[in-house]
Amino acid sequence: MRNKALSVLGLLALMLVLAACAPNATQSSLDPAGPTAQAEKDLFVPVFWTAVAVFVIVEGGIVLIAVKYRRKKGRDRMPPQMHGNTRLEIGWTILPAVVLAVVMVPTVGLIWDLARAPAPDALHVTVKGYQWWWGYQYTDQDMVTSADKPLEVADVLVIPEDREVYLSLESDGGLIVNDDPYKTDYQVIHSFWAPRLFGKQDVVPGRTNHILFSADEPGVYTGQCAEFCGLEHARMKFRIEVLSAADWAAWVANEKLGGADSADALAAKGQELFMNPLSDGRGSCTACHAIGGTDAGAIAGPNLTHFAADTHSCFAGCNWETSDIEALKAWLRDPEAVKLGAKMPNYQLTDDEIDALVAYLYTLK
Amino acid sequence: MASLSVPASSSRGMRRPSALTGFWSWFTTVDHKKIGLMYGFSSFFFFVVGGIEALLIRAQLAQPDGTILNADQYNQIFTMHGLTMVFLFVMPMSAAFFNYMIPLMIGARDVAFPRINAFSFWAFIMGGLFLYSSFFLGGAPNGGWFGYAPNSTTDPTIGMTFYALGLLITGIASTAGAVNLAVTIINMRAPGMSLFRTPVFIWMGLVVQFLLAFSLPIITVALFQLLFDRRWDTAFYDPTRGGDPVLWQHLFWLFGHPEVYILILPSFGIISEIIPVFSRKPLFGYQFVVFSGIAIGFIGFGVWAHHMFAVGLGPVANTAFGLSTAIIAIPTGVKIFNWMGTMYKGDLWFATPMLYSVGAVAMFVIGGLSGVTHAIVPSDYQQTDTYYIVAHFHYVLFGGAIFGLFSGMYFWWPKIFGRQLNEKAGKWQFWVQILGFNLAFGPMHILGLQGMIRREYTYPASLGLTFWNQISTAGAYLIALSVLMFIINVIRTQRRPKGLANEDPWDARTIEWMTSCPPPVHNFDEIPTIHSLDEFWHRKYVEDHKTGTLVPVQAGAAPEHDEGRPTGGHAIHLPSPSFWPLVAAIGLPIIGYGVLYSWWLVGIGAFVMLVGFYGWALEPSVAEG
Repeated sequence: MRNKALSVLGLLALMLVLAACAPNATQSSLDPAGPTAQAEKDLFVPVFWTAVAVFVIVEGGIVLIAVKYRRKKGRDRMPPQMHGNTRLEIGWTILPAVVLAVVMVPTVGLIWDLARAPAPDALHVTVKGYQWWWGYQYTDQDMVTSADKPLEVADVLVIPEDREVYLSLESDGGLIVNDDPYKTDYQVIHSFWAPRLFGKQDVVPGRTNHILFSADEPGVYTGQCAEFCGLEHARMKFRIEVLSAADWAAWVANEKLGGADSADALAAKGQELFMNPLSDGRGSCTACHAIGGTDAGAIAGPNLTHFAADTHSCFAGCNWETSDIEALKAWLRDPEAVKLGAKMPNYQLTDDEIDALVAYLYTLK
Repeated sequence: MASLSVPASSSRGMRRPSALTGFWSWFTTVDHKKIGLMYGFSSFFFFVVGGIEALLIRAQLAQPDGTILNADQYNQIFTMHGLTMVFLFVMPMSAAFFNYMIPLMIGARDVAFPRINAFSFWAFIMGGLFLYSSFFLGGAPNGGWFGYAPNSTTDPTIGMTFYALGLLITGIASTAGAVNLAVTIINMRAPGMSLFRTPVFIWMGLVVQFLLAFSLPIITVALFQLLFDRRWDTAFYDPTRGGDPVLWQHLFWLFGHPEVYILILPSFGIISEIIPVFSRKPLFGYQFVVFSGIAIGFIGFGVWAHHMFAVGLGPVANTAFGLSTAIIAIPTGVKIFNWMGTMYKGDLWFATPMLYSVGAVAMFVIGGLSGVTHAIVPSDYQQTDTYYIVAHFHYVLFGGAIFGLFSGMYFWWPKIFGRQLNEKAGKWQFWVQILGFNLAFGPMHILGLQGMIRREYTYPASLGLTFWNQISTAGAYLIALSVLMFIINVIRTQRRPKGLANEDPWDARTIEWMTSCPPPVHNFDEIPTIHSLDEFWHRKYVEDHKTGTLVPVQAGAAPEHDEGRPTGGHAIHLPSPSFWPLVAAIGLPIIGYGVLYSWWLVGIGAFVMLVGFYGWALEPSVAEG
């Protein structure tokens, strides 16, 4: 029995060691890439080791007592009867209380620090949760298009490195109201979480929550909705692309431009399909989507102005790479076939129409 | 109760059933032992069903981009897994132990209100069947056991309406049961049994009944509002019309956190009985354990918002609830030391009940430590809604609660059935289970910290989560194996003839072991008079209080040793069976279906209930003849 108990404990210890060196976990809160996630980890790690110490003492005590005082064959022992020891019991009440009090001091400090006001030069972004994708609106005065509208992107939030970002979280669904209740985009609670950059905050209808964070290095960081929000909660993902100062300036300049008419014949056909109602009353792309610089200005679906920009590396809740042409075609052919409950309708597009639309979308750099 | 004899002439021709044995007697019984058994077997059935759901979940997550279940099926399965394990297994299994053991441990012949007891059981069964009927009527609940609005109010499938109605029905069952058992403990103890001479299991039972009585009304309000939002388009949780979705969370967790202690305290009570027996020592610091249990009961109502740190309640609320969460860790944690103190220098006999009790303590320590990290609010921003939380509460509720319940089953099986479960098979089951348990839930800590969210039906290979998910799935199937071993052990044991070589097989301490195994229908021929805590033990052993040594009482030196043993008990009057509680309970799901489908059904259900209560009130107090 002792061997088994020890092997269970040994296995647990082994697991923890292995966990510490899992190089392929790409969304790990233990691998912070910015001061907010770093501060949260720095609070967790000492508490974790304190817990490990308590674990070793208590579990070790249980195993030692179990081994030492276990009944042995041929020995009928009447143990001494101990009913309690008040001083001892008060002691082991106060001791954990003291440990917890010590732990709570930096905890309370960080709660308030994370709730501080943003720096004056912080980048302000409003994050909007829909069923089941994320949209972002840049709300600083200089972050507007040539038509003087705020810059809007979907799926991938783009930010500069080393600059404080102040997110305002809003649940902005409810914009697609359909006779079919399964096709209605409901305003529900989401939670915005990029583990390597910041801990999560819920996106609650009727409220505005905030996250303050910054990223140390350029790179792409993944995240996803963490609060159960219905059918495709598992695939409501996003990326945060962090750019160097120079790349950021170029990105902003490009984002301010609207879409341009395409010279390519196929793409031009796609543009025509996109901008006009489809034949046989099948519906219209512009019912939900906006493309800057054109007449398409609906806000219920993702803004597609720069759909094919390098930074917009994934689409439809970040489940597919934008460069994956087959995935894009499959999505246009029947969204619900690849993402159950997707609110984008199946317009019964023909293969030719899909080819044209894909060609058009790929011109939206 | 039964002594309030109503003249037969006032019965208006109604008769009470009198059969105490046979198939139909199970439907009319008001005997706490039979009801306890029915609670036990039906909740174990739901445990198996909920376990199969867990295996489906783990099969789906064994691979990235799993295709065994689609999103819709997965959401129903994980919701029903949670609902089943909480409301249809751990709560009623605890009720099974309370029902069977409380009267025996306090020297009563039954609970205070035997027919209400039967009604509680049937209402629980009706609630469970009602919830599961949703699978055949358009889809099971799919918004999680926590049912967060507005997702739960707007979801277009019928499932969450079943959720609201089903939980209201099981809530009626639990409320009635809670009042009944609390009254039983307070009023029906044997002569001499002051509250501080009751076993810790009784104390924990009392705390749990008060937690139920005070927390269930809160979820009842929340569920009615959810039902009205869904069915009659009210706007309690609809922010676009002045409602507040966070209101649901406050109400749910103000119930939900005491609920955690409703699930774990019965196990603490069982452990507190079993460790002293198998250590041959009294519980170390009885008062301390009792008072910390009571403290948990009170503080448990003041920590609910630690489930909501990421909701945006603001730094003041987050600070306050972080501190209160740290505080509740203290009374919860100190019990561990008391149990260790009980084992210290004891004569430890590692029979299966003891293995499970010590296993529960060891596993609960892990769940408790991970629980403390939730009080560290900023690190909880990272961990909430991830598999880290899933790991935490499975260590608490499986490692703490369910291990404790298995401990109780092995301990009291000879008491209840007059047969002992096979010890060798029991030990194998324990080691397979604890290994499977740690493989299944240990890696979830790592998965959560590595960014795996809860309630996701799939994950991509690119997140690097595959390995630990596979280990976890393997562990889940090991747990299933251990439960199968238990079922086989039970079947093989029940096929053997009744009879124990020794009716006190564990050298027990409390008075339920003073009567026969299984106990007669009237429990004790003569209710024993209680002189001390661990009454039965002190009738067997004399303790020298100066040296703390123990001397067995010489045979014949204690004439009252056999006071409780049955000699026939012919003159003892017991409540007669009744089928009216079952009739009244059948009305509940009919009303539920009526709310879903037709007002006519509501009327019919209400009529059935009314008939049930009418018959209940007016039937004669005893069976004729």
